[in-house]
Amino acid sequence: MTITVIFVYLALILVVGTMSHKLFRGTGEDFFVASRSFGSFLLLMSLFGANMTAFAILGASGEAYHAGIGVFALMASSSGLIIPTVFYFVGTRLWSLGKRLGYLTQIQYFRQRYDSDFLGLVLFFVISGLMIPYILVGFMGSGITLSQITNGQLPEWLGGLIVCGVTLAYVTYGGMRGTVWVNTLQVLVFMTFGLAAFFVVFNKFGGVAAGMQMVADSHPDLLIRGEHITPLQLLSYTCIPLSVGMFPHMFLHWLTAKRASTFRYTLVFYPLCIAVVWLPSVLLGVLGSVDFPDLKGPAANSVLARMIDLHAPGALAGFLAAGVLSAIMNSMDSQTLAIGTMFTQDIVRHYGFHDKMTEKQQVLFGRFFIVGIIVATYLLSLVVNRSIFRISVWTFTGFAAMFPVVAAAVFWKRSTKYGALASVFSVAALWLYFFINNIEDVGGGMMPVALFLVVSTAAMVIGSLLTKPPAPETLQKFFPDDGYIAADKVMSASVRSRTPA
Amino acid sequence: MKHASMRGLLYAGLFVLYLLHNDLWYWNDARLVLGLPIGLVYHFAFSIATSLLMLLLVKYAWPRHLEVETEEESRL
Repeated sequence: MTITVIFVYLALILVVGTMSHKLFRGTGEDFFVASRSFGSFLLLMSLFGANMTAFAILGASGEAYHAGIGVFALMASSSGLIIPTVFYFVGTRLWSLGKRLGYLTQIQYFRQRYDSDFLGLVLFFVISGLMIPYILVGFMGSGITLSQITNGQLPEWLGGLIVCGVTLAYVTYGGMRGTVWVNTLQVLVFMTFGLAAFFVVFNKFGGVAAGMQMVADSHPDLLIRGEHITPLQLLSYTCIPLSVGMFPHMFLHWLTAKRASTFRYTLVFYPLCIAVVWLPSVLLGVLGSVDFPDLKGPAANSVLARMIDLHAPGALAGFLAAGVLSAIMNSMDSQTLAIGTMFTQDIVRHYGFHDKMTEKQQVLFGRFFIVGIIVATYLLSLVVNRSIFRISVWTFTGFAAMFPVVAAAVFWKRSTKYGALASVFSVAALWLYFFINNIEDVGGGMMPVALFLVVSTAAMVIGSLLTKPPAPETLQKFFPDDGYIAADKVMSASVRSRTPA
Repeated sequence: MKHASMRGLLYAGLFVLYLLHNDLWYWNDARLVLGLPIGLVYHFAFSIATSLLMLLLVKYAWPRHLEVETEEESRL
């Protein structure tokens, strides 16, 4: 019964993704950013869905199982403050520039803002490299969930493969429009079933208060931060959500907004959405210590699936698994679409075939690259065995440390390509060194991301001040004097592509 | 209140929230409030406070100059 429910849900996802294709306008701009046509609700659902990964559901519960309730403060409430703030200061400005100048990827923006092809190429490789572990946790999470909930009837490799196939189908067929439609359905599903899982499981314990009392009796250390988290760790974790400023899939989703004002609802509701998703995940993870007291290390990734399987078997387990898979897929799809867009626009189109490719060929190249990335990452997921939470945090660390690049591009006229390059190279070097040596604490519990940010900012400032300022025409293009841009100066990419040079 | 002053006040509000996120005062407090650990209740309430501040930010300090309309849109 559980397997039937899961397959019916996956079929529904495919139907929704396929239906969206009927609205496809046959242009690259429509495939990659849905012709910049989405309103407030779809923008909120897609931005939120794209950011809620296996990390938020399985990673949060797994980490809470070991470290207790402090995980909510580390990631949820800090993200609720930092992410909308980044949307407000950076997202709206990049949306505005993206619409005015017809961008489809962040690399197009950086390339023109800093007048450097080389910077664009470096960013392509660094961003793509950092995205792979992020997509990887999705495959790991889906394999673990399906295997656990079906009691091994669907082994981990097959679970990951099924989710890989479904995601591939609707992303390559439906593009951004299909992705956002499916995302919206998935966000509603995982929020609903996440809350359902919470109430069903806690009900078996006699309610929330009774369940927490059991934790207080058996593992009281999980109800405080105590020794699990240090104050410096909490402080430095607030740097992690800055990663949204450099995520390629966030940039892509920002561009889908119809107007700047479309962002308003997202800003207001984002902190609440995060809290509603993370609170049950963290509490169920903590409660898992009562039923499964001996999970070690990455084994805790499966604590939520184990709880569901134990307390809500049958059809309900299928629905709850569908909720978890929703959270996983709605970020994997955006991530793969973003990488495909970057490859098509920033490599294939920019270097080899500019003006030689039709719109259809652009879409085709994007699809091929997406397939390649998904298959490669799936194969990697079969051999990696690390905590989903830890892998995700490493990915976030890399993106967050590059935040000075986007902040300077948007707000600091004096910043130069050499400053940006120094910043990106410093992050790449530090990230590789810390990741290979598995250094997760730079002293007193402080996260490496805080150190990376300091070095990256210093590199940006010093590199910029030591080199020639940007050309006046570049500054005029990106920093118009009064901020006002007349309507007749605006031309979307699809209009531009149809206009003879 | 002038727009610039209101904007400054709301930006200061963001900073104050950032400071309040570091709740050292509940670090080792294991009390249950409404059946939940007090440290968790605090951060849930913090999320609601953030949402309210964002509401004020979009109402009183929205960057209207960023709006971009194509000719086609401006005619609608």
